[in-house]
Amino acid sequence: MNLPTTAAHNTAADSPTFHGSSLELRNLTMAYGDINVLRDVSLTVAPGTTTCIIGPSGSGKSTLLRGINRLHEPKSGEVLLAGESTLTANPDTLRTRIGMVFQHFNLFPDHTALENVALALWSVKGMPKAQAMELARRRLAEVGLAERADHRPRDLSGGQQQRVAIARALAMEPEVMLFDEATSALDPELVKGVLNLMAGLGRRGMTMLVVTHEMGFARRVADQVVFMDEGEVVEAGTPAQLFDNPRSKRLQRFLSEVL
Amino acid sequence: MDWLNTIIRTFFDFGAMAEVLPQLLGVGLLNTLIISIAATLLGTVLGMVVAVMGISPSKWLRVPARIYTDLFRGLPAILTILLIGQGFARLSQSIFGPSPYPLGIIALSLIASAYIGEIFRAGILSVDKGQGEACRALGMSYAKSMALVVVPQGVRRVLPALVNQFIAIVKDSSLVYFLGLLVSERELFRVGQDAAVLSGNLSPLVAAGVFYLVITVPLTHLVNHFDNKFRTGRRRPAAPTSGLKEVKELDAASPLTTGSNT
Repeated sequence: MNLPTTAAHNTAADSPTFHGSSLELRNLTMAYGDINVLRDVSLTVAPGTTTCIIGPSGSGKSTLLRGINRLHEPKSGEVLLAGESTLTANPDTLRTRIGMVFQHFNLFPDHTALENVALALWSVKGMPKAQAMELARRRLAEVGLAERADHRPRDLSGGQQQRVAIARALAMEPEVMLFDEATSALDPELVKGVLNLMAGLGRRGMTMLVVTHEMGFARRVADQVVFMDEGEVVEAGTPAQLFDNPRSKRLQRFLSEVL
Repeated sequence: MDWLNTIIRTFFDFGAMAEVLPQLLGVGLLNTLIISIAATLLGTVLGMVVAVMGISPSKWLRVPARIYTDLFRGLPAILTILLIGQGFARLSQSIFGPSPYPLGIIALSLIASAYIGEIFRAGILSVDKGQGEACRALGMSYAKSMALVVVPQGVRRVLPALVNQFIAIVKDSSLVYFLGLLVSERELFRVGQDAAVLSGNLSPLVAAGVFYLVITVPLTHLVNHFDNKFRTGRRRPAAPTSGLKEVKELDAASPLTTGSNT
C-alpha cells in the first residue's frame, strides 16, 4: 500500500523495525543473601513477542528482569539470549544487547535529553560524538521528543522522561527490551502515551519483557502473560487464558484485587 | 582611658602595620596563596584517588584508603607537617633543593587529601543508585559509569564543602613556618610574627590576621550563596502545563506510537 506520509501520519514503513531475539530462562534461581527470592523460574519468550509479567509486590518480578541483564547475578539456572548462555558472557557486552527501562527513569540529570541518549553510543559503542548526537536526535524524534532534545530531565514531565529513557535504551539497538514497571511512577494521564509507545515497539518486532501493573495493557498487547507470586511462576499463557480462565487460586485472588 | 590607649598601641599601631604592609602583600600573601592553592590542587587530585579507592568493590583498595584517611585526619596537622617536613628533608633536598617549602606543600596536601577524600566519597555515595544501574544497563563498565556519570554528579554536590576545605587549608598553611622558611618564602603568619618580634608590638600580626580574613570571609559567604543556589537548583522558568497538552503532542508526532491499539 502506498499511503501518503506526513509528519502527523507516519506509516509503519517509516519506522524502524527491530530484530528481537529469543529469550529463555531455565530453572533460574536468584537470592539476596541466603534468601531465595526467585525459585526455579523457567520461561520461553519467542523472538519479537511481548511477555507481560504480573503479580503482587514482592513476587520477584523485578528481580527476574535484573537477573536477565545480570544487574543482579543469578544464583543458579540458565538464561539463553538468542540461544547463547548469558551467564558465561561478558556482562558489559551482554547488557549492550538488552535494553532496560526503569520505574524511576534514571535519566542522567546533568545531561540533556539528547546527551542522555547519545552517551552510551559514543562511550560504549565508540561512535564518533557527532554521529552519536545525530542518531540520538533521530531516536528522540521517534518517541515524539524532537523538540525537547535540549531539555534537562528536570524540565521534562514524567512521561517525557520515560520516553527519553526508552529512546536511550533503543539507541543501543538491543535485541530484547526489559521494562520494570515503566509507568508506575507516571501521572495517570501520561500512562497511556508511554504504554502505546511500548506497544508500538512490540508490533515492530522487539522482544519485550514487561513487568507491569497495567492489566489492560497486558491483555491487549501481550503474546504471553506470566503470573508470579512468592518467587515462582504460578501460571503462564495467553492473555485470554490468564485473564478469562485463571486456574490457580492465587491468580484468581490477585485478579479479583486488581481488576 | 589608659587601658584603651594600651590596647590601641598593642594591637592597632597603624604605623607598625604600614611598615610591614609591603612585606605582607608582596611576600606573605603571595606565599600563603601559593602554598594553599598548590596544596588544595594536589590534595584534590589525591583526595579523588582516595575517594574512588574508598568506594571500590575491592577491599584491597578500600582498606588502604581507610587507613590513609584515618591516619591523616586523626593526627594533628602540626605533627604531620613536622614529621614529613623533617623526616623527608634529605630526600627533598635531592629533588627540590634545600628549601622545605615543597615539603610543606606536600604535607598540607596529604592532610587535605584525607579530608577531601571523605568529602568526595560522601558526595559520590549520595548519588542515587539508579544512576549507576542505568549506566551498567547500557553496557558501560563500572569505571566508565563512575567517570562519566556518578562521580561528576557527586562532585558537583560537594563543591561548597570543597571551598570550606580550602579555607581550612589557608589557615593551616601558617603551620608550614615550623619547617624554617627562607625570608622570601615566608607566608602571612611568619611575616607578621617576625615583624611583631622585631617591633615588640602585636600590630603586624593583627594585620596578617586581617589578610587571612580577607581571603576566608568572602569565600565563606560565596559558599553560602552557592549552597543555596545548588539546593534550589536551576530551572527553566515555565508556566505550569497541562498533562493533557502533552498527550495531544504525543498523538501528533511519533511514528512509534501511531496506529490504533486501544
